[in-house]
Amino acid sequence: MGQTIAEKILSSHGGRESVSPGEIVDCRVDLAMGHIAMARVAANFAMFPRELRRVWDPERVIALEDHFAPAPDERWAMAQKIIRDFARQMGLKHFYDVKAGICHQVLPERGHILPGMLVVGTDSHTTSYGALGAAGTGIGYTEMTWVLVKGRLWFRVPQSIRFDITGPLPAGVYSKDLMLHLLGRFGTEAAQYKSMELHGSAIRAMDISERMTLSNMSLEMGAKFGFTLPDSKVEDYVRNRSREPFTLVTPDGDARYEAVHPVDARGLEPQVACPHSPGNVKPVSQVAGTPVHQAFLGSCTNGRLEDLRVAARILEGHTVHPDTRLLVSPASARVYRDAIGEGIISTLLDAEALVMNPGCGPCFGAHMGLLAPGEKCISTGNRNFKGRMGAESAEVYLASPATVAASAVRGKITDPREFQ
Amino acid sequence: MKELKLKGKVWVFGDDIDTDIITPGKFLSNPKELAEHAMAPADKSFAKGVKPGDIVVAGRNFGCGSSRETAPEVLQMLKVGGVVAEGFARIFFRNSIAIGFPLLECPGVHAAFQGGQEAEIDLEKGTIRNLATGAALHGRPLDPMLLQSIREGGMMEVLRRELREKAKALRPPAAP
Ligand code: SF4
Repeated sequence: MGQTIAEKILSSHGGRESVSPGEIVDCRVDLAMGHIAMARVAANFAMFPRELRRVWDPERVIALEDHFAPAPDERWAMAQKIIRDFARQMGLKHFYDVKAGICHQVLPERGHILPGMLVVGTDSHTTSYGALGAAGTGIGYTEMTWVLVKGRLWFRVPQSIRFDITGPLPAGVYSKDLMLHLLGRFGTEAAQYKSMELHGSAIRAMDISERMTLSNMSLEMGAKFGFTLPDSKVEDYVRNRSREPFTLVTPDGDARYEAVHPVDARGLEPQVACPHSPGNVKPVSQVAGTPVHQAFLGSCTNGRLEDLRVAARILEGHTVHPDTRLLVSPASARVYRDAIGEGIISTLLDAEALVMNPGCGPCFGAHMGLLAPGEKCISTGNRNFKGRMGAESAEVYLASPATVAASAVRGKITDPREFQ
Repeated sequence: MKELKLKGKVWVFGDDIDTDIITPGKFLSNPKELAEHAMAPADKSFAKGVKPGDIVVAGRNFGCGSSRETAPEVLQMLKVGGVVAEGFARIFFRNSIAIGFPLLECPGVHAAFQGGQEAEIDLEKGTIRNLATGAALHGRPLDPMLLQSIREGGMMEVLRRELREKAKALRPPAAP
């Protein structure tokens, strides 16, 4: 019988001919990524006999400082130092310090992610690598300790569900709007413990950056893996960044899905997720006019060059509304540099945006740009839980970079198509 | 080696008990306070009243929410014997196995118990008995690989033991 993408990757990594949903398989891991949670992993390693404090393969473990970067206080400075020291002691081939950017941007853009890989990370949005056809998923620090010693981990083979999305998306409507629409329509548990596959003409038409937004937020539907169907665009993206060999893993024609959902995205409007759940989604027309005190453009969901480009096009020749502040954090140093090269950063500064360093800071309310009680923020991030970006009584709305930029100009939630 | 049989008084909870209920975010930085407020949003008497070996019975989606490992940790700290639920959220499930905290998925368990009744559980067979009513239920026993992690007290225990033995083997024998 045919297999889905998740089944193929788990069977090849478990040394099996085939696997089926529900089975537990002990798999070899291709790549392990740890961010701030690596400090706890380092503490676990300290309990091992000194001569055996080694990771299974220093080329396959990546440590990275993106949460709380650069350190907002002494406590996090200490945690980051622990990780820096750990990376050195373990001889990790790849360690990215605070200057590099957000994990889910840095790993793909530096060629670490190859199609068909099995990747684990100490971050829930490790599903992002599904946009390159890699099976990525989040784990805790105890499991990460295990992986770093053994290079293996158990996986329960998930059911797979498929979304067949007919496009193209209308002008002014982006992959973020599509994802929010799916969240609103199918709910935040539609993919609980499942592998999501996004197929169809709408996906084929998207570039890798847009697909990453989808794989990233598949987690908000509960997904264990979130794939977009890999194709020649994925091959081109990876070949431009890595010399390692790879093959695309695509599902068999007779693969079995627990559910197949056809979705027609051709008439979609821009969407907004309202407080306090990514599943509380409304078309922009229903929330337009809501005043916003802060607009945030960044995060692993929508902080890429393509996202900044879209926002800059809208902001060009305008200034951010005096009652609103627009915070911009490019997802990585490379995104930042390229945005300078294209003149995007100048456009943003001319529009009176505040451009900050790459990192996770504002996205999860760690530091830089927290909200005061009662404030409202429109954000390109992936979560709007109570208190996520500061005060418990603050409200976060999630939207595309275009909607965030348009709202920053008007000082209230605005349909970006007014700027076309 | 840990026993794979549990017996204890049950505390019954409903569906969707999330990680913020199990470990309220306010107390995250202090493990002792966290234990004192475990489950408080759902049942204020739990943290004070729970006795070593007691068992948590719950509905669907137990442990949903954030990925914090503190959720199973705090139950383990309170010496809860284990959780039997209609279903578990993925990360809670994985983190429990990782720290060697017993779990069992069992459809119908929520309706079969009332708080304070005594339960007897065989994790290997996946069976649960309500000693007060005599009702017997069959859950889905864990995969042998996962049972082994629980039996040995969690992944860290396994790793420490394996590496200690390896280190011993590497050291030269003491001179006669
Ligand atoms: S940008 Fe936000 S969602 Fe992405 S990894 Fe950082 S904190 Fe998590």
